[in-house]
Amino acid sequence: MRVRGLHYSVSQRPIFAGVDLDIERGSVTAIMGPSGTGKTTLLRLITGQLMADRGLVEVEGQDVAGLQRGGIYQMRRRMGMLFQNGALLTDLDVYENVAFPLREHTRLPERLLRHVVLAKLQAVGLRGACRLMPAELSGGMARRVAIARAIVMDPQLLIYDEPFVGLDPISLGVVLRLIRLLNDTLGLTSIVVSHDVHDLSEVADFSYLLSGGLVIAAGPPSALATDTREEVRQFMHGLPDGPVPFHYPAPDYLEQLRQLS
Amino acid sequence: MLASLTSELLQSLRIALQAIGAYTLFFVRLLKEVPRALLRFSLVVDQVHNSGALSLVIIMLSGLFVGMVLGLQGFDLLERFGSEESLGSAAALGLLKELGPVVTALLFAGRAGTALASELGLMRATDQLAAMEMMAVDPVRRVVMPRFLGGVLSMPLLAAIFSMIGIFGAQLVGVQLMGVDAGQFWSQMRSAVEFGDVMEGVVKSCVFGVACSLIAVYEGYHSVPTAEGVGRATTRTVVISSVIVLLLDYMLTAVML
Repeated sequence: MRVRGLHYSVSQRPIFAGVDLDIERGSVTAIMGPSGTGKTTLLRLITGQLMADRGLVEVEGQDVAGLQRGGIYQMRRRMGMLFQNGALLTDLDVYENVAFPLREHTRLPERLLRHVVLAKLQAVGLRGACRLMPAELSGGMARRVAIARAIVMDPQLLIYDEPFVGLDPISLGVVLRLIRLLNDTLGLTSIVVSHDVHDLSEVADFSYLLSGGLVIAAGPPSALATDTREEVRQFMHGLPDGPVPFHYPAPDYLEQLRQLS
Repeated sequence: MLASLTSELLQSLRIALQAIGAYTLFFVRLLKEVPRALLRFSLVVDQVHNSGALSLVIIMLSGLFVGMVLGLQGFDLLERFGSEESLGSAAALGLLKELGPVVTALLFAGRAGTALASELGLMRATDQLAAMEMMAVDPVRRVVMPRFLGGVLSMPLLAAIFSMIGIFGAQLVGVQLMGVDAGQFWSQMRSAVEFGDVMEGVVKSCVFGVACSLIAVYEGYHSVPTAEGVGRATTRTVVISSVIVLLLDYMLTAVML
């Protein structure tokens, strides 16, 4: 998958101003950046939910911008996506959530469908929870069910949007392990969008750091951790002030206090 | 002053025309999906249950009370002209042609319409619709269409039940309480109510069913994915549905009289 010269703006506000990146087949690639840099927007552009103003987004040699609705749906059948909150269908139980893509896209006999669904739930350790409703699941369990649903059609590309948000350390460890394990055992290509630097460095083969609408650093997570450039250092080490200022732009405080008095 | 007023009026007109255009396009998109939706009729049946069966209690209770009020008011009015035996035909015609379809539609907008809009709005806010898109499943086909058809099919059934219970309520008050002769009540009704009167009610309830269901699914599907956005979509569903139902009622009555 490759992106070249990607430009995208919302209401005249530029989000991306020439992003270039490559995703190697079979790798786990991390896309990092401070909040509001457009990481999720980038995923939406890759998956054809949004269209770029300019530039190329190419998935398996296909230009996403050149695809019609049917073509985009065909492309998405080879993708799985994990949303921030899992996005499970709340009126279906765990089993039916995982079975949902199979029921929509295939005519599998019920016995075979059951076999596939249970195998995927077993892979994420939730075969025993198959009759629970989404409201009965913890955040970590919901995320794991969503992973099972994302891999049920045996995709080639798996995309994770902020998969670690709000997870306790055990659930986080489980999700981290699953990302690596599924990528390697199923031969997937994975893209993980997050701002959790330390968690990502455990699983990612390669990482991109986005800021100000551009890729400001690229390389293995260990290389980014030792990068000395100020903007990269601020993000990787979580420094409160730097190129991304602590204070939101405001008029001079002393002047404002004088006016108030 | 006049210039700014004119520009505001033009702006409002532009917004209204845009909304009508968007509604029309959405409706056309839904119509295109009808054959495919009928092939998966079990999804529609589920929604007939959600929109129709779950609205039954409120419809039946309201029908009973409206019928009882009609019985009381009708008796009071007809007694002045010494024709209280016409109560049966007056109540039946009022319910079948007017009150049944209109009140059912207003209740449907308040009960099932808001449920549809908020459900779809919450599905958008919690990324369930986006997740379907990512699974290469068209949410309009899989989620919106069955709900729309469920509402369309429910409305005439609910209106029929409303009118039936309403007539029973009018009979309860007129015959049991006020002493109108039961034979006169039913025979006057049978001779006065024609097939065309029943069809007028059926046509109205079908049109109201399409309008209320379309407004509910449109507002829910296009709601802003926030708590405030879902709330606003729900409110808009009730307000727009109520006004449109009354407007359509006038137009249909004028055409069918």
